[in-house]
Amino acid sequence: MFFTSETLSPAPLLVMAGMLLMACSGLPGLMLARHDGWGQKIATLLMLVGSATGGAGSLLTLLSATSQRYAVDSGFLLGETQWGVDPLSAFFLIPLFLIAGSCALYAVGYFPEAKHPSTAPRLTFFFGLLAASVALVFTARDGILFLVAWEVMALSSYFAMTTEDQKKEVQEAGLLFLIAAHMGTLALFAHFSLLRGESATFAFPVAGTLDGAALSATAIFLTAVVGFGFKAGIMPFHIWLPSAHAAAPSHVSALMSGVIIKTGIYGIVRVTSFYHLPPSWWGMTLLALGIVSAVAGVLFAIGQHDLKRLLAYHSIENIGIITMGIGLALMGRSSGKLPLELLGMGGALFHVLNHAIFKGLLFLGAGSVIHAAGTREIDLMGGIAKRLPLTGLFFLVGAAAICGLPPLNGFVSEYLIYLGLFRGVSGIGTMVTTGVPLMALAIPALALVGGLALACFVKGYGIVFLGTPRREVPTQPHEAGMSMLFPMGLLALLCVLIGLFPQGVVRLLGSAVTAALPGSRQTVTGLTALIPLGWITVMGLMLTLVGTVIALLALRRRPGGVTTTVTWGCGYLRPTPRMQYTASSFAGMLVELFGTLLRPRRHAPKLTGPFPAPAGFSSHVPEAVLELLYLPILKKGNELLMPLRKLQHGQIPLYILYIFVTVIVLLALAP
Amino acid sequence: MNSLIDQLLVLVMLLNFLGLGTSRMHIAIRTVAFQGVILGLLPGLTHTLTLHLGLITGGIIFAKGLFIPWLLFRAMRRVEIREEVEPFLSHTATLLLSALATALAFVFAAKLPLAPQHQGLLFVPAAIATIITGFLVLTTRKKAITQVIGYLILENGIFIFGLLLSEAMPVMVEAGVLLDLIVGIFVMGIIINQISREFSSIDTSRLTALKEEQ
Repeated sequence: MFFTSETLSPAPLLVMAGMLLMACSGLPGLMLARHDGWGQKIATLLMLVGSATGGAGSLLTLLSATSQRYAVDSGFLLGETQWGVDPLSAFFLIPLFLIAGSCALYAVGYFPEAKHPSTAPRLTFFFGLLAASVALVFTARDGILFLVAWEVMALSSYFAMTTEDQKKEVQEAGLLFLIAAHMGTLALFAHFSLLRGESATFAFPVAGTLDGAALSATAIFLTAVVGFGFKAGIMPFHIWLPSAHAAAPSHVSALMSGVIIKTGIYGIVRVTSFYHLPPSWWGMTLLALGIVSAVAGVLFAIGQHDLKRLLAYHSIENIGIITMGIGLALMGRSSGKLPLELLGMGGALFHVLNHAIFKGLLFLGAGSVIHAAGTREIDLMGGIAKRLPLTGLFFLVGAAAICGLPPLNGFVSEYLIYLGLFRGVSGIGTMVTTGVPLMALAIPALALVGGLALACFVKGYGIVFLGTPRREVPTQPHEAGMSMLFPMGLLALLCVLIGLFPQGVVRLLGSAVTAALPGSRQTVTGLTALIPLGWITVMGLMLTLVGTVIALLALRRRPGGVTTTVTWGCGYLRPTPRMQYTASSFAGMLVELFGTLLRPRRHAPKLTGPFPAPAGFSSHVPEAVLELLYLPILKKGNELLMPLRKLQHGQIPLYILYIFVTVIVLLALAP
Repeated sequence: MNSLIDQLLVLVMLLNFLGLGTSRMHIAIRTVAFQGVILGLLPGLTHTLTLHLGLITGGIIFAKGLFIPWLLFRAMRRVEIREEVEPFLSHTATLLLSALATALAFVFAAKLPLAPQHQGLLFVPAAIATIITGFLVLTTRKKAITQVIGYLILENGIFIFGLLLSEAMPVMVEAGVLLDLIVGIFVMGIIINQISREFSSIDTSRLTALKEEQ
């Protein structure tokens, strides 16, 4: 299972080739003298070929369930490093290659070089580099290589997301992203140094070889949660996520939300796999963090008026669900209960794939909508589905999938986590000693999250796609081109197929789960035995059938001679589009209900006199964690550290004196 | 032979004091140049003469004795630097510090775990004393050009250390160091020009104006 060899075997070779193709995809576009679209076409072709080769390599690895690890001598760059592909990496690589390829194709229609000659080549280059660096993060087997890939990923996502850097909000979002990314990286520096202390080398230890009870293990775990949590967007480390996703071009948001935040999840899964018996509080911490992220994420999402910010908060929610699964798996491992391990980790990894698919789909759909409506404000949209029927349909599929509704893919992965939690609580043959109350809390929390997500997407889909347009758009909204529709259609189709026939994915999942959980005795068969896969398919098909029949009956019974009018016109004599529910009013009740947490701001006008002048009302939900937790702490810290600024006086001779004093001190300290 | 080397090293240390104590810019530049020439001669005296050594000696004497002083004088003329060296700390105080540092350098060198053939030689204390003097010039003088002089003295100190190893030091390394030095001085010359144009002075303490406002 673990060996070193000189020549690459086919599967890792394919992954490596795909990674390199993606890294180089933007170079021709940068070199070309004229930016007339050819650079972007070449880049897209390279990205598609790269994702096909890389995806094939990942699938081969998963099907054969082999782990390959190579010592690579990179000369003066990093010295000897380790690189490899195992089923766990491969399972994360599949959504990467899928989403990166889809987004590259989407970009041709969404961000054409002919229309953005100055920024498109740069964006195309960094997009390819970003995808390649994520692939390297998933395949690095060495702390140093991992950190290098991690930094390349952070910087290329920064440059990709700040493409429209003439806007002030994009600059601010970029800065916040950069700060948060480096706070996480700082924790990771500590993390990998500590890990090196365990095994005396930066190479990753073999799974299940470290002792979880040691004091150093606690520090390693905590630095991993903070460092990887910042990237994954686990609450309260999510502060950068909403503004970054909103500011980035839509296909970059799709890749960020679909895959890049999963690198944090990958990190946590990888690091915990080094330990053969983690203490039970690790799993409980992750489960608790997951519950907080999932519930708070969806609550914040309800209050948003910006379509992409809304989707970004749903990423936090889904990261929470994934973290819950990982927590459950760790609790299962601590108490030696294999079914909990398999279901928790299986559900978490499955949800990683599913979330990548439907969130990629939703962000791409949001991009088309924003393209057509010319705004990100939900309250200014309306009636989009009539103008963009296919985009509306695909978005609906994605929205239903993210709510965890059967027969779509989101349901299956959440179902696995439910199964695991119920097993943990009910204790049928798997009585867990600790953490049962937490698991019992997790089940209603997950149900609450599902319900709130449904409310949120009813709001989102209803206000954006249904009803009538709330304002006149300068250009007539039109359906997106083929290069934008095809990726969305593909992802929507995958949502349905995985939801109806999860057997294929579960087979791939089995080998990934085995790699993620050292010492699990059973593999594919163990996982398939735990999940009623046949029933999922049967119920899904029946649900589809019943739904189709009802829809057909409803269509047939539609009476003729109906007058059409404005939605929510309520029978008034002269209804206007402004009478429709807005995003604020739709979500008003729920936002008020959770007002203590969300801190909504209301900008209500003062009405005076019997005939008040026209006035406006608006409300918004700010990023409460950033404004109430981080900013006050940082401000206080800034005040406390102000005296230290005197060290930065700008006097060159004194700077040299610092160096001099340091040299003397070092000489004095030298043994 | 050894006594000649020792005498030259003592001369180098005395030149440190001259460079530090003078209030005239051109004397400081000439002192550093003279120091460079002496140092250029030293490798020929410590080791048997080879082509490699000849090249090093010639290169060092040309670069440190002629080329760099010429660059510095040119910079002085161009920017119209006045003759006075402007110190933060008075000349007397820096001289006293330098004397103290030189004395301490001897104490310190005696305690260093050196190879047996290097013990008791003047090389190590002379090197440390010169490096510290270089630091003193760097930290206590206001004008950008005096900082260049401080940097040169510092480099001379490092060079004395290198003499202990010069047989092991390949010619490429030596050439690289010299090239570094010349490029460094060149760049500093340009920077001095820019500073003087921007601030109409080459007083580095004015650079605090670049500091970010609070």
